[in-house]
Amino acid sequence: MSYEFEFGEVFAYWPELVAGAAHTLVLSTLAMAIGMVVAVLGALAKTSGPAWLRWLVDAYIELIRNTPFLIQIFVIFFGLPSIGLRLEPDSAALLALVVNVGAYGIEIIRAGIESIDGGQIEAGKSLGMKPLQIFRYVVLKPAIQAIYPSLTSQFILLMLNSSVCSAIAASELTAAAGDIQSRNFRSFEVYLVVTGIYFILSCLLWGAFAGIEHAFLRRPSRR
Amino acid sequence: MTTSDETAPIPHALGDVVITMRQVNKWYGSFHVLRDIDLSVRRGERIVICGPSGSGKSTLIRCLNQLEAHQSGDITVDGVALVPGLAGIESVRREIGMVFQRFNLFPHLTALENCTLAPMKVRGLSRAEAEAAARTYLERVHIPEQAGKYPVQLSGGQQQRVAIARSLCMNPKIMLFDEPTSALDPEMVNEVLDVMIELALSGMTMLVVTHEMGFARRVADRVVFMDQGEIVEQAPPAAFFGEPRNERTQRFLGQILPAGRSGATAG
Repeated sequence: MSYEFEFGEVFAYWPELVAGAAHTLVLSTLAMAIGMVVAVLGALAKTSGPAWLRWLVDAYIELIRNTPFLIQIFVIFFGLPSIGLRLEPDSAALLALVVNVGAYGIEIIRAGIESIDGGQIEAGKSLGMKPLQIFRYVVLKPAIQAIYPSLTSQFILLMLNSSVCSAIAASELTAAAGDIQSRNFRSFEVYLVVTGIYFILSCLLWGAFAGIEHAFLRRPSRR
Repeated sequence: MTTSDETAPIPHALGDVVITMRQVNKWYGSFHVLRDIDLSVRRGERIVICGPSGSGKSTLIRCLNQLEAHQSGDITVDGVALVPGLAGIESVRREIGMVFQRFNLFPHLTALENCTLAPMKVRGLSRAEAEAAARTYLERVHIPEQAGKYPVQLSGGQQQRVAIARSLCMNPKIMLFDEPTSALDPEMVNEVLDVMIELALSGMTMLVVTHEMGFARRVADRVVFMDQGEIVEQAPPAAFFGEPRNERTQRFLGQILPAGRSGATAG
């Protein structure tokens, strides 16, 4: 038990670590943004779409929530080329993350939509608003306000989950770490440092989410 | 109970027929909530609808903007025949304001934004136009200083007045009130009724579901009494309160009017 830590050999590769962290952040943020669109549209379909569409959305959600993320990535990256859709690792990773977070996001946003008092929807109708206008101007913001903590937790999970994308050699932090430790054989140090970096990334995201909430989603207080 | 009890009814002229209901029926499952409703309302007319809870009075006015669909009979509002699933129902609804028992303000918007949303999105007004109109109406309901507040920061009476202003901002031809004072603390009832009386004075066509009989005496051209989904009796307030003909009306009035104020002494 006389392991001697040599962090110097890890920090020598700092440009790769920074690039990896940046890729993780970009990949995750893009997946959140696109996944949010999927989630909102899916929730809209599930709450007010025709029966066949609701069934389709349900099937999608159940399929994604009951299978491992790694397998989802493999299907997209190794499977899709068989039907002629060949994706770069980074694109495949983004697609897999979007598909994954979209399924969880739909259920979260749906819960938010269902928390909206029907009276507000009736008020929107009585003012002559069309269904999509009611959804956009009356329902959506309070719905997101209501479920914002669950949504942001899901987004943090997404960022942490993106490390699984290293399995298809997408350029992100975990892949960069794997690369470094295969050259300097300092896996303990490398993964300790990467643990710290993921932690910092999480903190950055929490901070950003709090900022967004403060700027756009703050709920009025009684006084 | 209201300050307006002792005042004479407000006289005014009526226009042509703007709402017609003919043989309207509606069921919730097997529950027959509206039975053969016949009602016509003229422009500028003020109708108060009363009756025991579950008598179908809210359902009746909710059929007029099709928040509830009826299953048989004809409803015509401002020349448009309302059929269930009517495409373009929005263009009918925007001419009919509605005030709800529970206010139903949009909680994420300020009082001013509650008033400007529909005029901008539905009528296509610019923000400046919509805000100018909204401030005018907030002034009319006596709360211009609350424009920047959110619903949660307002009292029930203030919220209901914002809700009235929000409806008026759409320049409706008809206003529906669904028990507008039932969810209010007693001390806030009059501030809302006063606004409604002022609205009546301006010539607005109004259908009001309420138990505020003082308001009915003062403002109504006609009081409609409903029970078990039927219109049992309708008459001008003096006749309605003075000599109710139907036994069910008499019983209802006996229950809701304070002792000594029912029957011939009322009005």
